[in-house]
Amino acid sequence: MTKPQGIRTENLSLWYGQFQALLDVSLEIHHGRVTGLIGPSGCGKTTLLRCFNRINERIDGVRTAGHVHILGEDIYAPGVDLVELRKRVGMVFQRPNPLPLSVRENVLFGLRIHFRRGELRKDELAHAVEASLKEVGLWEALKDKLGHRATSLSLEQQQKLCIARLLPLRPEVLLMDEPCSALDPAATQRVEQLIRELRDRYTILIVTHNMAQARRISDECIFMLLGKLIEHRRTEDLFISPKDERTANYVEGRFG
Amino acid sequence: MGVFATSPESRRRHRSQQVAFAVLLAMTVLLVLPVLAILGMLVWRGAPALSLEFLFTAPVRGMTAGGIWPAIVGTMWLVGVSLAISAPIGVLAAVYLNEYARDSWVTRVIHLAIVNLAGVPSIVHALFGVGAFVLFFRFGTSILSASLTLAIMTLPVIIASTKEALAAVPMTFREACWNVGASRWQTIWHVVLPNSIAGILTGIILQVSRAAGETAPILFTGAAVFVPFLPQSVNDQCMALSMHLFTISTQVQSVPQSITYGTALVLVLLVVLVNGVSIVIRSRIRRRRKW
Repeated sequence: MTKPQGIRTENLSLWYGQFQALLDVSLEIHHGRVTGLIGPSGCGKTTLLRCFNRINERIDGVRTAGHVHILGEDIYAPGVDLVELRKRVGMVFQRPNPLPLSVRENVLFGLRIHFRRGELRKDELAHAVEASLKEVGLWEALKDKLGHRATSLSLEQQQKLCIARLLPLRPEVLLMDEPCSALDPAATQRVEQLIRELRDRYTILIVTHNMAQARRISDECIFMLLGKLIEHRRTEDLFISPKDERTANYVEGRFG
Repeated sequence: MGVFATSPESRRRHRSQQVAFAVLLAMTVLLVLPVLAILGMLVWRGAPALSLEFLFTAPVRGMTAGGIWPAIVGTMWLVGVSLAISAPIGVLAAVYLNEYARDSWVTRVIHLAIVNLAGVPSIVHALFGVGAFVLFFRFGTSILSASLTLAIMTLPVIIASTKEALAAVPMTFREACWNVGASRWQTIWHVVLPNSIAGILTGIILQVSRAAGETAPILFTGAAVFVPFLPQSVNDQCMALSMHLFTISTQVQSVPQSITYGTALVLVLLVVLVNGVSIVIRSRIRRRRKW
């Protein structure tokens, strides 16, 4: 069996109308590691993240050039089905966005979308709910509240539920856009813990503004500035002995 | 003097605040007065005419006596058929405009057309109805022609209110859907529509009162002064409450005032009833959803 591959981009550029938000980004993100994306606001972190499940295309005037390979396949190739792509590449947003449904239906939403009514057996569904909630550490807290509205949970539980919602589809890549920015420090710590636990099974890419967080949870770190990739190294190296002066200035808090 | 005692400056501000409150309150009361006056007069003058006989029999003796049953039935036909046409078209068009259409000159032209269609006077709609449905499509003066005319009149408002209801569904719900690989249609069907249905229904039901009240669009297209039988199909002509009211108050001599006001009262009550039902439906649906 071949080793699972992560994400590889070649000269990826992206324009919002006339404005170029990504300039020739080439990088390789490895499976089984957490990769942090840091940089000042507007540097293109989130834009880059959103390229990997092609959700940018919903915006008018967006144009991309270059290649993005996920699992060895070019996701911008003509034959790529967005539905299949997004099953494999899940995304977690800044603010938890549970659907206004029960906890159970939130977890099962992906399955319901992708399978016909008759194709899913009851015990399979129940198993999917339990397995997904266990994986994110919510099962004990919510096993008696599966019928409760997801929007009535605490923010921490909502965010974990949003992660759990991706899992029944067996994704390979989890994209996280500042997943802890709406949470308090204690909840942040527990969600970070969860991300560490998920690391081995997925390719995790996490955008963060919080440099301490990037240091805590990422194995590798990418520093971006004005749409360019400046430095991509092991997290320790990037923070302790940055090669580029701009990286050094940023991680030491001299700007940004 | 204490630190927090009133200064002359703050006393002046208090005064201007009170004046502002008084003016705003007065305007609000002014707004309510005409409504109360109209309803009061209708009830006072029209209520004596109301009886089961008045509601459920046809007018007799050149409409100077008898009831208004054919007009009630006719209005229901017109409202029902016109909304059966305009509601599905309007909702689907709004879904397209809000969920699918990109911002291009084509969609901008469509928006412009909708806004302008909403501003067209109803008598112009009537003339268009005569030209298009009665003459060109040869539907004749019939419920179908009148309802189509009413449908065109209510369509832009239904599109606008549906679009607003759709736009009120948070974008994060859609993103959550797309991210598990849902197609646009699945997103609309599973998430957007269930969460906006209350607003959509309200917009549609509000058009009931407009369709029921308009006289001009049905005047030449399908409503008749007097029809001795109840309509059997959309090809028949019919009476209508608004039309009947116009006729007996301006075209026929010596109609007892109680009949005129009674007819108006029934029309208003019908509209109030429908609006009441819509409020109940909306609050039922609202109670189920929380976000």
